[in-house]
Amino acid sequence: MSTATLEPRVHAPRNYLNADYGWKSWLFTLDHKRIALLYLVSITFFFIIGGSFAVLMRIQLVDPQGAIVQPETYNKLFTLHGVVMIFFFLIPSIPAVLGNFLVPLMVGARDLAFPKLNLLSWYIYIVGGLFTLYSAIAGGVDTGWTFYTPYSSTYSNTQVTAVAIGVFITGFSSILTGLNFIVTIHKMRAPGLTWFRMPLFLWATYATSIIMVLGTPVLAITIFLLALEHLFHVGIFSPALGGDPLLFQHLFWFYSHPAVYIMILPAMGVVSEIIACFARKRIFGYKIVAFSSVAIAVLGFLVWGHHMFVTGQSVYAGIIFSLLSFLVAIPSAIKVFNWTATLYKGSISFDAPMLYAMGFIGLFTMGGLTGLFLASLATDVHLNGTYFVVAHFHYIMVGGAVMGYLGGIHFWWPKISGRKYPNGWAALAAAIIFIGFNLTFFPQFVLGYLGMPRRYAFYPAEFQVLNVMSSAGATVLGVGYLIPLIYLFWSMRYGPIAEPNPWGATGLEWKTPSPPPTENFTEIPVVTEEAYAYAEEEAGHE
Amino acid sequence: MSDAPAHLEAEHTGLAHQFEDLEQQQESDFLGIWLFLVTEIMFFGGLFAAYAIYRWLYFAAFEGGSHILDIRLGAANTVVLLGSSLTMALSVRSAQTGNRRALVYFLIATMILGGVFLGVKAYEYNQKFVEHIVPGLDWAPEGEVLAHLAPGGLQHAQLYFFFYFAMTGLHAIHMVIGMGLLLWLVIRGRKGAFTPHYFAPVEVVGLYWHFVDIVWIFLFPLLYLIGGRY
Repeated sequence: MSTATLEPRVHAPRNYLNADYGWKSWLFTLDHKRIALLYLVSITFFFIIGGSFAVLMRIQLVDPQGAIVQPETYNKLFTLHGVVMIFFFLIPSIPAVLGNFLVPLMVGARDLAFPKLNLLSWYIYIVGGLFTLYSAIAGGVDTGWTFYTPYSSTYSNTQVTAVAIGVFITGFSSILTGLNFIVTIHKMRAPGLTWFRMPLFLWATYATSIIMVLGTPVLAITIFLLALEHLFHVGIFSPALGGDPLLFQHLFWFYSHPAVYIMILPAMGVVSEIIACFARKRIFGYKIVAFSSVAIAVLGFLVWGHHMFVTGQSVYAGIIFSLLSFLVAIPSAIKVFNWTATLYKGSISFDAPMLYAMGFIGLFTMGGLTGLFLASLATDVHLNGTYFVVAHFHYIMVGGAVMGYLGGIHFWWPKISGRKYPNGWAALAAAIIFIGFNLTFFPQFVLGYLGMPRRYAFYPAEFQVLNVMSSAGATVLGVGYLIPLIYLFWSMRYGPIAEPNPWGATGLEWKTPSPPPTENFTEIPVVTEEAYAYAEEEAGHE
Repeated sequence: MSDAPAHLEAEHTGLAHQFEDLEQQQESDFLGIWLFLVTEIMFFGGLFAAYAIYRWLYFAAFEGGSHILDIRLGAANTVVLLGSSLTMALSVRSAQTGNRRALVYFLIATMILGGVFLGVKAYEYNQKFVEHIVPGLDWAPEGEVLAHLAPGGLQHAQLYFFFYFAMTGLHAIHMVIGMGLLLWLVIRGRKGAFTPHYFAPVEVVGLYWHFVDIVWIFLFPLLYLIGGRY
């Protein structure tokens, strides 16, 4: 663990990092900022685990016959890659790290509403993670991250129960985090901080929390039923015994489609903060952008059936789900247009966080538009189950969510660590990640369109060139992810000391020292202005 | 936030550091528990949805399975749980009025009623093992039980009993957790931790207890009262 390296300089003023030392002061902390760092370390660990599975998959696919592993092992690799990356990295990433750190600071409170629940949620996450790691070591699981029945419940002889328990347990961590955020945002805003003065990151976090609170329990009960079925074979999802396997898919996607918005909405919130700061302008159409987060959260619950167009779902259900899926594109597009409009006539500077934010807009737009192909009934029949789907959701989840996460880490790193990182290296890493990402996943759109199915350990020889491109891109992407890991670690000890507001940003979190004291604010701040009041500083430029 | 009344400032009992005053803390606690209950509704909701689908698909089997259950025990347990909701409500009332003795007595009464419910439930579960109608573990109905289940199809009757155990089992787990929370309240209440200004934990546990009751109010007709038995 990195806790030792986080010990700050000796003569620093008291802050949350040097308030106390020793492992107990971290593992039993109730400080939301320290819990955020516990999450940061744990999700980075799981990101590396999940990434290693992806590396093995991309090596395998260099050769049409499969370069290194047997098909059975390959099935386990993509399953564990999906499970680890979705449940143990992406879903907790921005909410549990940046959300934990920033929500109390942004609302001007001393902590979240329920600090003990917050620590508990980290422990729940760790216990769930241990079950999943156990399942990986004890033979893995080969069902795909979607655990489709009856394969998972009846036929698979891999560690389905262990991984189901892991995912079930981790869900409660997500529920408690969401609950904590909603209560904090409702009840603990500083005097003067009305709903429409809140930074858009808070709106996005609020919308995300709604999904966590409403959706995750349904996943929990679904996985619970799956585990019971796997253990006792009573037939609830088994057609041979009178059960309905489609019921599992309905229940699973009722959570797992909204879960996509758990991953992307917080990243949208981060991007709104960054764009406003580095364009020195208030976000264009602030209220619409705020409401679009809530709209995405609500509509996101009504579209799950678009994952099931080619199952036995009724045609009429398919038509309605298709229509509703198109509707989600509207609030998403509103955000993209409004970010772009914010840039117009802004005084833009391209520091590292801004590069990530720009990368986010481009890649998210690609991911979103290709989603419309999949929401259309006819094209989905052709593209379903191909690499087109893989490319589409990686543009959203890696190109969108991970770019947003990295942008946020770079934006708030001076606040979190009290140190600055080398901007040149950060810009270089952002560029490498952007290039590596596109090289990895753009060929997969083409592969999918040409008909290469996902989840196979081998493929026809004519697809090799595009697969080698994709694997080469993955190498570049891996290097891109490694660089920030190195210089961010480096900066914790050797980086220049950060002032309270290095970017000249608005927002309460910048009005307290970097790193903040344990109690966040010596005096609870009073908010007297709108969010993103950049124009006032530079009046006349407008 | 509004300034707290002077007596709250002076007392300062149970105010956590992250809150400005007891009023803010209490509002947060109540919002928190209501949100938690929403998650519980979604949690049970998935199970109720699955139940609804299979009951619609295999009505005869569900009706046959329902007729195996002892309606008197289910009805008795319903009365017991409703009684426990009354004593729980009286505990909250006692906490609000600062009556420490009554608070502890009513909490203990709630626990006793909860214990009675779980005892009856355990007896019913045991009956299922005796009759060999435990899906997955001991499924070999015979004699009169078999005669009840056969018309709807044994396989589908097993699904009914799966839902019976899954739904009442989850409910029972919630009861056990509730009993633990009540014990914690008794211990704190005896020490005088709750005052008319600080009683949120009692009310929060009370809301949880009522929720668990309400789940049973739905479970009883859904599981015990299928079809025209009378």
